Amino acid sequence: MKSIGKYILFIGSLFVNRERFKTYVQLTLDECINIGINSLVLVSIVATFIGAVSTIQTAYNLVSPLIPDYVISQVVRDLTILELAPSITAIVFAGKVGSNIAGELGTMRITEQIDALEVMGINSVSYLVFPKVLASLITYPMLVVIAGFLSIMGGYLAGVYTGIVTEADYIYGLKVDFIEFNVFFAMIKSFVFAFLVSSISSYKGYYTTGGAFEVGKASTIAVTNSCIAILLADYLLAQLLL
Amino acid sequence: MIEIDNIKKSFDGKEVLKGISGVFEKGKTNLIIGASGTGKSVLLKCIVGLIKPDEGTVFYDNRDFTNADRNLKTDIRREIGMLFQGGALFDSKNVEQNVIFPLNVLTQMPLDEKLDRVNFCLQRVGLENVNKKMPSEISGGMKKRVGIARAIVNNSSYLFCDEPNSGLDPQTAITIDNLIKEITEEFNITTIVVTHDMNSVMEIGDYVMFLHEGLKVWEGSDQNIMKSQVKELNDFVFANKMMRTVRNEETPG
Repeated sequence: MKSIGKYILFIGSLFVNRERFKTYVQLTLDECINIGINSLVLVSIVATFIGAVSTIQTAYNLVSPLIPDYVISQVVRDLTILELAPSITAIVFAGKVGSNIAGELGTMRITEQIDALEVMGINSVSYLVFPKVLASLITYPMLVVIAGFLSIMGGYLAGVYTGIVTEADYIYGLKVDFIEFNVFFAMIKSFVFAFLVSSISSYKGYYTTGGAFEVGKASTIAVTNSCIAILLADYLLAQLLL
Repeated sequence: MIEIDNIKKSFDGKEVLKGISGVFEKGKTNLIIGASGTGKSVLLKCIVGLIKPDEGTVFYDNRDFTNADRNLKTDIRREIGMLFQGGALFDSKNVEQNVIFPLNVLTQMPLDEKLDRVNFCLQRVGLENVNKKMPSEISGGMKKRVGIARAIVNNSSYLFCDEPNSGLDPQTAITIDNLIKEITEEFNITTIVVTHDMNSVMEIGDYVMFLHEGLKVWEGSDQNIMKSQVKELNDFVFANKMMRTVRNEETPG
């Protein structure tokens, strides 16, 4: 409970005693590159393969001849939009970006760089963490959209080129009974997950004490806590919105 | 001038500072000395506001810093420059970006003026042609110089140095010490240096405060330190052979 209270105060301090708006523009752009663009390759690879595997495994499980082939892409589509793109990408995001944020802030803490900012009269939480959270909120939904597209494309490649499903069936399955709200739901999830990963990892990194060993530990805890938070939020959002 | 009044601080029930008071005057190099674990760095962190004291008050030129509101605290902090033990340079920025950083964040100066100021400060600390080097590409002594340049770039009124010559060879350590003293006198700022290096005490200590187990047990100038009758201070000062030799030569028989 004490940790949660400290985390809430930490989040509150993002918005007080901030520097000039101009200062944050460049910082946020730098973080967008660091957090978003630099995650693109990993997210793309993971999404494409997950889509491909989902297609093959769905086809493997649909053994009844009464079920039409287009159901495969229908399943892959809903699975991708509702879960794989926002949630599995979030786990990957937590592993890559979360550990990076916690490691960076942890190192800044133990080498007194954060103290240096504080002594200069700069709100170090706002200066260091706010751009990371904002950049995550900007770039992560974009990554989810790309991941969703690539996952469905991966499914298409695996399905069509191995003869599991015809191109026409796959495309028909993508269109049939499409619920637009699912995309909106995926976007809500992506904003929530982006905030959780960036803020929890920043919190863990910012309050690191000790040396190199503790920085490593903080990175691991940041990833673990982010993953747990993602799964909890995933469940709660599904309960509330579906 | 910085005044501290009855500063107390405990961690997990252990009293680290037991009520320390003192006055650090402007234009002088004020030293806080003592053995490891006596609370020197904690006292310094209480003075600059990185740690909130349990009791007591810190005054910057008669302005109550400890109980100040957020705005006054920020204003005072913007007059502070600090050199950290490891330099605390920002790893992701080169030397020039490190030194210009306070100007970028805290002022609205035009870029050419900021660069002039950065170059002036780097030259003042004896560094040239290192503007584009990263912190990982320069030596420990150079990092300290860059740290000093960053600390004074914003025309600071107060300079704090935490173990400025730790990890440096004796010659570089003396150079850094002298640089701190020169800058203090040249810009008429209030400087507080935390150290356990007796060479620093003898080189630059205009005013020396000696801490032992969280208490101030002696204060005075570097001239008087050798004549002190305080046992804890004598144990500290004459711990090394060189200082004992100096004492024996000064007081034969």
